[in-house]
Amino acid sequence: MTNDNNVLIEVRNLQTYFYLYEGTVRAVDGVSYDIRKGKSLGVIGESGCGKSVTAQSTMRIVPSPPGKEVGGEIIMHLEKEPVDVLKLEANSNEMRAIRWKEISMIFQEPMTSFSPLFTIGNQIVEAIKLHLPGLTKKEMRERTIELLDKVGIPQPSRLIDVYPHQLSGGMRQRAMIAMALSCNPKLLIADEPTTALDVTIEAQILELIRGLQEEFGMALMYISHDLAVVSEMSDEIMVMYLGRVMEKASTDEIFNNPLHPYTRALWRSIPVIEGELKRLETIKGVLPNPYQVQKGCPFFSRCEQRMPGLCDEARPPLYQVTPTQTVSCFLYDKNAKAGPAAIASQSVATS
Amino acid sequence: MSAQAEPLLEVKELKKYFPIQKGFLKRTVGYVRAVDDVSISVRAGETLGVVGESGSGKTTLGRTIIRLYEPTAGDVILHEGDQVMHVPQLDDRAMHTFRRNAQMIFQDPYASLNPRMNILETIGEPLLVNNVAKGAELEERVKKVMLQVGLRVEHLRRFPHSFSGGQRQRIGIARALVVNPRLVIADEPVSALDVSIQAQILNLLKDMQAQYQLTYVFISHAMSVVRYMSERIAVMYAGKLVEVAPKEEVLRQPLHPYTEALLSAVPKLSQKRKRLVSRGEVPDLGRLPSGCVFHPRCKYATDICKTEEPHLRELAPSRTVSCHLAEKLTLGGI
Repeated sequence: MTNDNNVLIEVRNLQTYFYLYEGTVRAVDGVSYDIRKGKSLGVIGESGCGKSVTAQSTMRIVPSPPGKEVGGEIIMHLEKEPVDVLKLEANSNEMRAIRWKEISMIFQEPMTSFSPLFTIGNQIVEAIKLHLPGLTKKEMRERTIELLDKVGIPQPSRLIDVYPHQLSGGMRQRAMIAMALSCNPKLLIADEPTTALDVTIEAQILELIRGLQEEFGMALMYISHDLAVVSEMSDEIMVMYLGRVMEKASTDEIFNNPLHPYTRALWRSIPVIEGELKRLETIKGVLPNPYQVQKGCPFFSRCEQRMPGLCDEARPPLYQVTPTQTVSCFLYDKNAKAGPAAIASQSVATS
Repeated sequence: MSAQAEPLLEVKELKKYFPIQKGFLKRTVGYVRAVDDVSISVRAGETLGVVGESGSGKTTLGRTIIRLYEPTAGDVILHEGDQVMHVPQLDDRAMHTFRRNAQMIFQDPYASLNPRMNILETIGEPLLVNNVAKGAELEERVKKVMLQVGLRVEHLRRFPHSFSGGQRQRIGIARALVVNPRLVIADEPVSALDVSIQAQILNLLKDMQAQYQLTYVFISHAMSVVRYMSERIAVMYAGKLVEVAPKEEVLRQPLHPYTEALLSAVPKLSQKRKRLVSRGEVPDLGRLPSGCVFHPRCKYATDICKTEEPHLRELAPSRTVSCHLAEKLTLGGI
């Protein structure tokens, strides 16, 4: 545990597995990260890389069964004392007190994240009622109107009484954000909140989230497959592949000097809006079977710089390359120049 | 005119209105003007990118061109050799000839394949219904096109559920290309795919175009994808074409305020910046604003924009725009 008192949440070696009929999927397999107070962490990865499950584990809302957090710790630094969220029962009162009040979350599909049976106001008031007891009905309603106004919903005193289907996608996402902010959380997890929206509406929502983050001093965990969106929203970025962290660095470093072969390949495979137009380079092969346990690096089968005998045999540890950049790849071992054998003997000795 | 500049496809004042019906008797109370007075031509071998937000009519335009929707008014002309096909007037038999020349690739690789048809049946269907081939010849052609799009011939008798999203999209592409079309309308072919798979499909489409001199109408909401794929870009808003120009010109110096807003909204790598966020949302297509459809969201709007509808006009060679103020404005691009 670090004694840095600016850290809000520390996740260490989180493992979340799904026990399915076909086999076990290691959706999150040893993920570690910190989020500092008021800062933002971006999470990038393709579908199936475990980015959403990481977020859901942090909130303890992984559907169980079949999912289960089987290992690791998630230390949340609350006012009084640090709490290991993973040690709490998912449906315990302690966890309920943290969820939504300390950590809240907005989802990709604003239509399915609201109940269609209750008005927007009803649902936001309910969140307030549960987490901020002691307010009168009138105060709760006023607070809701204030929140709706803050997220840019026009005529909030009228729209508080509409049902979710009466709002457009962008407005619904705004209402979702209002609900997530209703109890002044310290961490907001945004799981692809703009994927279902049009670009001009996306721009409005991103601008809104950024403004609110500043105003409320919240930390933000922003998950998306869209590199450009993540780059605009984050101070630090984590690249995930098949349940593991491949690389973690400051936003500048990861875009200007990506280190991991996967990060590099990913960067070369996206069309750009500015600069020279080159033929896109594709990542060869396909994602490995998720039921299979990867002994070595999960990217081994598709990597162009792989070292057979090493990368497929042992899991690469996280190498600290600069003070703010870590990468999980044997190429950055200090013995890399001496060849795979030297790394192998070294890492066996140290582990 | 040189053979190169010959248009393959001409769309003239095309309209597609969907009736809004209400009540027990289903009276028509109004129309959704999904495509409203669109004129554009596409040269042989060119890729025209169509961009716009959802509800801008880009998908309806694609489907009306290929006559999956009957147009309300206007004409679509396909030039094939000496033949000139006026698509809306074709009878059933002539439609078969047209369909051999114009095919479509759909967005959702999960919804666009029939789960009960195996790959041979799926890809072979266009050959069968358009009386191109059958039996052993059909199977040969299906195998050939499967290899070209990177599918394995052993999978000929598998069903769609056993394929990944990227492979399904390859099946969709093979189905479109099996009849050797001239024109392919690709409606958001990569928006349902992951980034690394997206690159594979975009490159495949480019390779197929080079090999068979295909002409693409490439519909997408992602500006960077359209930039990669096309030579010219057409920007649509609320059923209307607002700007058409060569891609780099649109990106560098847009002429329509909506294009500027759209470009400004595009997220870019490696920079946090204040962007020009446009207010409001795409209007209800059943109740369009008067004058210019964009005026309620346009920060440059003047009185004329509220009353008079602008028409698409040529401002410079190969640059058309529908904005009253186009000459006066200097807009920012990427």
